[in-house]
Amino acid sequence: MLSVRDLTVSLGPETAPVDIVAGVSFDVAKGEILGLVGESGCGKSMTSLAVMGLLPQPGPRVRAGRVVLDGSDVTQLQPWQRVEAGHGRMAMIFQEPMTSLNPVRRIGDQIAEAVRVHDQVSGAPALARARELLELVRMPDPAMQLSAYPHQLSGGQRQRVMIAIALACRPQVLIADEPTTALDVTIQIQILGLLRELCGRLDMAILFITHDMGVIAQLADRVAVMYAGRIVETAGVDAVFGSPRHHYTRGLMDCMPVRNAGAHRLPTVSGQPPAPGTIRAGCVFAPRCAAAREECRATDPPRIAVSQGHQVLCAFPLNGGGPA
Amino acid sequence: MSSDDILAVRDLKVSFTARRAGRKYRVQAVDGVSLSLAEGEVLGIVGESGCGKTTLGRAIVGLVQPDGGNIAFKDDDAIAAGGAALRAMRLNVRMVFQDPYASLNPRRTIGDSVAEAGDINGIFRDRTDRSAMIASTLTAVGLDPSFATRYPYELSGGQRQRAGIARAILPTPSVVVADEPVSALDVSVQAQVLNLMMDLREQLRLSMLFISHDLGVIGQISSRVAVMYMGRIVERGATRTVLDHPLHPYTRALIAAIPKPDPSKRILGAIEASEPPSLFKRPAGCAYAARCPLASDRCLVDIPQLRSAGADDRALACHNV
Amino acid sequence: MSRDVAILWLKPFIARPIALAGLCILLATVLAAVFAPWLSPFDPYAIDPVTRLTPPNTIHWFGTDQFGRDTLSRVIHSARMALLIGSGVVVFALATGVPVGVLSALFPRLGHVLMRMVDVLMAFPALLLALGLIVILGPSVANAILAIGVGYMTTTTRIVYGLTLRLRAETYVEASRSMGAGTIWLISKHILPNLVSPLLVQASFVFAFAQLGAASLDFLGLGAPPEIPSWGNMLAESRTFITRAPWLLFFPGMMIVATAFSLNLVGDALRDRLDPRFRQVFGEKG
Repeated sequence: MLSVRDLTVSLGPETAPVDIVAGVSFDVAKGEILGLVGESGCGKSMTSLAVMGLLPQPGPRVRAGRVVLDGSDVTQLQPWQRVEAGHGRMAMIFQEPMTSLNPVRRIGDQIAEAVRVHDQVSGAPALARARELLELVRMPDPAMQLSAYPHQLSGGQRQRVMIAIALACRPQVLIADEPTTALDVTIQIQILGLLRELCGRLDMAILFITHDMGVIAQLADRVAVMYAGRIVETAGVDAVFGSPRHHYTRGLMDCMPVRNAGAHRLPTVSGQPPAPGTIRAGCVFAPRCAAAREECRATDPPRIAVSQGHQVLCAFPLNGGGPA
Repeated sequence: MSSDDILAVRDLKVSFTARRAGRKYRVQAVDGVSLSLAEGEVLGIVGESGCGKTTLGRAIVGLVQPDGGNIAFKDDDAIAAGGAALRAMRLNVRMVFQDPYASLNPRRTIGDSVAEAGDINGIFRDRTDRSAMIASTLTAVGLDPSFATRYPYELSGGQRQRAGIARAILPTPSVVVADEPVSALDVSVQAQVLNLMMDLREQLRLSMLFISHDLGVIGQISSRVAVMYMGRIVERGATRTVLDHPLHPYTRALIAAIPKPDPSKRILGAIEASEPPSLFKRPAGCAYAARCPLASDRCLVDIPQLRSAGADDRALACHNV
Repeated sequence: MSRDVAILWLKPFIARPIALAGLCILLATVLAAVFAPWLSPFDPYAIDPVTRLTPPNTIHWFGTDQFGRDTLSRVIHSARMALLIGSGVVVFALATGVPVGVLSALFPRLGHVLMRMVDVLMAFPALLLALGLIVILGPSVANAILAIGVGYMTTTTRIVYGLTLRLRAETYVEASRSMGAGTIWLISKHILPNLVSPLLVQASFVFAFAQLGAASLDFLGLGAPPEIPSWGNMLAESRTFITRAPWLLFFPGMMIVATAFSLNLVGDALRDRLDPRFRQVFGEKG
């Protein structure tokens, strides 16, 4: 459905570009959830904005690579041009639903507006569709909520409204950028459940972006781990958690408190991610990697297919086996 | 207060007046919380947003005035005593804040921020003493002493949080109230900062009130835990016991909702929407009744009180468990 | 470090040529005021009936007035009055507005009373308020500063009040309070240092509007004594000769416009410098 090839997003002048996303490639199929996981500043949000055609202007730009949606190259098209050209549809939801909603308009009107744009209907039919969408996202008491204002809803309900608005265009691809990070865990699990249900019911491809390995394990079918603008490991969710092959993936999982209950000290990944612009030759993770050798610092690591559908950007990958 | 307790909070109540849609509401953020902290212990306070855990911490360090109950520090009722006793407590009970970006003044150097408590209370003998103390404190939190002359914008999130911790341990306090100190950090940095806090607790013999929404972090660092919901403690006990055998239906839901990093234990399906009641419209009985699978008629009218439920200070506030 | 800071402050000016032009006009005015006796080709007070009302020529570049005084020399000397009134108003507005604003924000009860009084003052148009005060106090330079200053004290107070309310809620101020900091500590270590940059912007706007206010008072004969050269006085004296000697209005008028405009440009540039989005572009977060 969605296929991204060698996507490179850069900041700064043409002559000396700083790559904040460097040669990222992935595919998301219909009815599949791809989890894109990484720490802050790793370029995961920039990737999603570039795929969506929503990079802030002026600022970062797509320097190389292609975004192919349903067989058509849409890399250089604005979202509205994509819709007009009939190239399939994408929608996006964000971390903070409150800032994406107009505080002085009723929920029903805001959803109906999205319906009006995509279905070319207005008035009662649009409101009826808005109500349908609220039912689809399992909003309690949807008929009542149509006339509510955003401030009258809780955080979880507002995120449901944002999902309803995103679904108004009947997207083939839904990009979710940390949609549950601002929510409490008992609410988060409800929203994750909803996305999983919608993915199957509407046969959408979902690109789910998060920093939380736990959320990835619960939701994703396949996982792409991102570090310093590069995807360092791609695999099915069971493979990533069962036998991570990249040292960074392993480190990320090892230092999760929930896996170390009762341990005296948490294993850590020493240091911190490199700032864009300071990246030199060799593997980007080498300065923090306990297993780094001389050639890791000198030459770019190869992308190795360790098994069917399991790729790792490392010259000396871990040899499998579960994490400690 | 037992003899080895360093801090005891009795029946603490804190409320705010909030204005919403032109009407004034009284929001009871903390509604009768009692807890004690033994010397050298880490007590975890866990709960979701709006449960009153942050307000509880702020009341203990004196940032908000309680409207009922008392906070006693080493057998002194410091809040009531005021003056010198209150000042001594201020230096002895310190806070680490959540947001490492907002908690340091952008116009002051790291050294000035770290030395602030000492400067306010005049504990440094002279400038050399001051610089030496700043340097040794920065070293203790794993920062190079040269950071003293830098400004916050030159530091990463993890380094800023280390500076925030340094500010809370100069001069060395007895109690540190840490309000979500690692929730704004990336996992790999989070682990480093958690390790640092555990080390400091041991080296400086600190007692700690560790406030977090994250049961994983709480399970890592605290020996006892209190679970809060809508301003009240609903369950309390040794961390391992509470996490492995939760009694209160809310604790169970909270633990079940943690996304476990294990794809074989997926719990996702269609889950019915259910959210806590609004702080402005507090139910008459148990605040959790509307979401609770065990709720009975009694729960709707009668607020369950925290009662003892076994060894190791285990306590529970539920009619039906 | 200090060099980096200087570069950061200069960047908004370099990035926008028009702001740089404003800065240059402003510097020229200041230089004119400081070196007036050396720059002026003639004594601004020297009367010469022979050359009265000569249009601009090679000797008198800006022409002469009805008493034969050299207009260029008077325009240059007027810059002194302009800077005196401008800085006087800025000092008065800051010296009153900052304490009132900060204390109102830190002590809500006091603030209720003080801010209502400020609201009352703000209800009057600034010029009307200044005229009323001058009528009561009598015309003089000091009273002109006071009269114009009161109008800008109110806006300064409002800005300081709003900023302090926001700063008071900052986590680092809370942290300081939790360690036992008193009001004086909070004001001197946390609030004032964070007010400096926004107040710099405010000062540049107040300075600009003070120019217009002073010119208006002078024109109405309620500002500086008529014998002292000031752009407003020059306009007032020459208005009867508007058809015979238009240069007498043109040059002082142009100077009023130029200084006020340049100060606004500089203020805009400073404000952009303080805008968080702008700061991101230039790589400073603090």
